[in-house]
Amino acid sequence: MYIELLPREKVSPQQNVLFMAAALIAGLLAVSVVFALNGVNPAVAIFYIFKGSFGSWYGIKETITKGMPLILIGSGLALAYKAKFWNIGAESQLLAGAIFATWTGLNWGPHLPAVVMVPLMFLSAFIGGALWGMVPAVLKIRFGINEVISTLMLNYIAAEFVKFLVVGPWKGASKGGYPYTDDLPASSILPHLSHSRISLLLLFLAVASALILGWLVYKSRFGYEIRVIGENVHAARYSGINFFRTSLLLMAVSGGMAGLAGAGELMSIHHYLSYPDSLSAGYGFTAIIVAWLARLHPSYTIIAGLFFAGIIVGGDAIQVSMGMPIAAVRVFNSIILIFLIMEDFLISHRVRVRRKNHA
Amino acid sequence: MARIQSLEMRGISKSFLEVKANRDINLSIHAGEILGLLGENGAGKTTLMNILYGLYLPDEGDILVNGEPIRLRGPKDSMRAGIGMIHQHFMLVDKHTVLENIALGFDEAPFFFPHRAIRKKIEQLSDQYGLRINPDKPVWNLSAGEQQRVEIIKALSRNADLLIMDEPTSVLTPQEADELFEILRKMILQGHSVILISHKLEEIMSICDRVMVLRKGCLSGEASIEDVDKGKLAEMMIGRQIAAAYDKADVKPGGTVLDIQDLHVDSDRGLPAVRGLSVQIHSSEILGIAGVSGNGQQELVETITGLRQPLKGSVTMMGQPLKHVNARDAHTLGITHVPEERIKFGIVPNLPLYENSVLKQHRDAPYSSWLRMDYPVIKNHAGDLVNSFQVDTPSVNARMKNLSGGNIQKLILGREISSGPNLLIAAHPTYGLDVGAAEYVRKQIIALRDKGGSVLLVSEDLDELFMVCDRIAVMFEGEFMGELTPDTWTIEKIGLMMAGSHG
Repeated sequence: MYIELLPREKVSPQQNVLFMAAALIAGLLAVSVVFALNGVNPAVAIFYIFKGSFGSWYGIKETITKGMPLILIGSGLALAYKAKFWNIGAESQLLAGAIFATWTGLNWGPHLPAVVMVPLMFLSAFIGGALWGMVPAVLKIRFGINEVISTLMLNYIAAEFVKFLVVGPWKGASKGGYPYTDDLPASSILPHLSHSRISLLLLFLAVASALILGWLVYKSRFGYEIRVIGENVHAARYSGINFFRTSLLLMAVSGGMAGLAGAGELMSIHHYLSYPDSLSAGYGFTAIIVAWLARLHPSYTIIAGLFFAGIIVGGDAIQVSMGMPIAAVRVFNSIILIFLIMEDFLISHRVRVRRKNHA
Repeated sequence: MARIQSLEMRGISKSFLEVKANRDINLSIHAGEILGLLGENGAGKTTLMNILYGLYLPDEGDILVNGEPIRLRGPKDSMRAGIGMIHQHFMLVDKHTVLENIALGFDEAPFFFPHRAIRKKIEQLSDQYGLRINPDKPVWNLSAGEQQRVEIIKALSRNADLLIMDEPTSVLTPQEADELFEILRKMILQGHSVILISHKLEEIMSICDRVMVLRKGCLSGEASIEDVDKGKLAEMMIGRQIAAAYDKADVKPGGTVLDIQDLHVDSDRGLPAVRGLSVQIHSSEILGIAGVSGNGQQELVETITGLRQPLKGSVTMMGQPLKHVNARDAHTLGITHVPEERIKFGIVPNLPLYENSVLKQHRDAPYSSWLRMDYPVIKNHAGDLVNSFQVDTPSVNARMKNLSGGNIQKLILGREISSGPNLLIAAHPTYGLDVGAAEYVRKQIIALRDKGGSVLLVSEDLDELFMVCDRIAVMFEGEFMGELTPDTWTIEKIGLMMAGSHG
């Protein structure tokens, strides 16, 4: 007996939904086993998870809050991955955006109104993320340095640089010795919907840019060249596509999107620059998964980002309501994720089990 | 198993879909003999050898070792039978040392201290056959000639009696080639036999005992080496009759379109591939480039199409010099290109047909503005191409990879021709196509010429060149041996030029 894997030619939307649902159910069953083995009633735990993420107003609001940065970063990563440029450095591009935005906010915020400041903050964050993202593009095209390594290493550099800023030159006079910058002025802060941490503007920005990036990848000349590079580099060379310019541009967009997420977190949630792990909660890495769940279609990251945010929020909920340790939450997140990844494989391949034949 | 005294392939046939790669071929070889296997690209040499190495099962025919029929279901079977193959591209692990590479698949090594046994084996083999090698050097550190020696030791360590060598000298310097022949001579003295696949006539003449020539999947000649000379071999390779030319409109060549002066180009390995070549192509003219492949045709084509940097010399298109190494520049000057490896370079298999229909033209109006691709216009264009170039596809939305080779080529050709009469560079445009598709492609090339376009046609298929061209230049070792026109070309002349004598 052996197992045969055949690529699937076509997947209908119904199949897509069906497979996704099946993967979720299978994942929850596996999670149930883990919960049960630890003496927790799985039904109760799963009930709390859904209540905490999608099943209550509070849960939904938290899910959207955490979904926005995932959509912003995930759509940018999807664009880069379409060209097979493996950007693992969104976390540091987010930080670079936050650094640029903080500088703009602290220096210009006191003098300018919000109408000017908010766009200016986002713009500077985009530029910050873009510049940081273009570094690995230059390294790759000019010197042949693998982008996985360079983007990953740049994460550490950016994180240490943020730490240096907040304990050193940018340490806030008003923060009593804590490693934070001063609060951003009011003109640089995004207002929230009442009783939530959602900024409507940020939500609009996230959804709009995911849609624009989707258009960019599938309908623009830039996107066409991205997809040709990603699918066949030889054909890209044959057709005279400029690798350097295209890679630089796509990493500017990809990094810039992560920069926007950094500005969003800064302006909407934190209001000052602090230690890197409190600013981001690993969004730059989680968004990699979001981009894949969205099948590398930037617009689909809207759904995938919200969905994944729900899983995170649901995990947090049982931590609070059932007093489960953080490790249990991580197990929950990871198991669901593994099943979703398996689904991704199974939907693109048919599996056939055959008895050994004697051909 | 006893050593191979004789090996025979009887009535071997093999087809791939519509293409008959081998038709009723008989081959025999004895211990102590070097057999040369000669033929153009696509003549079926590699298929035949892959059958012998167990990679393909023949559709018909038998293989006999020492008179006993055997079945070769995979390379393992062949190795066990004493057949070893050395591919043109070496199958070595670059980061590993010579010893580690030879250890791969070396079954006689003991479980404990295998290094000692393998080292001993290497020393013994290198003494026996003069295969000098340092077992502790990593493979990436070795020259091509040394890597080839590693491959030979690897095959010998698995007790190969019959060695198949696929164009072994194509990666070697002349000195290295001489050393290789020295080694091969030692091997046959000790009872081995060698099948040498080659394009190079003088090589066959200097080392082989016997030669077999394949042509279009059939055995077209077999002889002892004393009975033939280079001219005769070339003739066996290319056939006896000049194919009749296709009907062409009666137009005279016009002004110069492409002007190449004193062009020098290196190959990927840094060896001179094109040496001081000058040529002009005019409007309403098809210039054919004949020659055994590997004589610089590929490098020439890549230079004209902006894919390769020339060392020296100039390429001028309609008075404008080709300045940058960039396919876009060549495209802007009006040079279009049907590439040799059409699937690897000419299309993006995973994208739909309509997106492939504008590859390279995708930056031009009306297909796109600076930001937006105009997909309705592109789909119309794709539809037009499909209709006027008879591309058989369910729709323009079909993924390119689902089309057959002939239809892929029709689309590429249509895409390259449709932008109007200019210069078309077509490299082996009908290679691997079925008869109908090949004829269609040739007629389209002639139609382009009749409309005032110019064409540079590189082909190994002499029939094709005779059928289509207004002029044929024969390329040998990076130079033109001479130019022929329909009233002067004969098989003998072309054969001699392909073998390296000036016309």
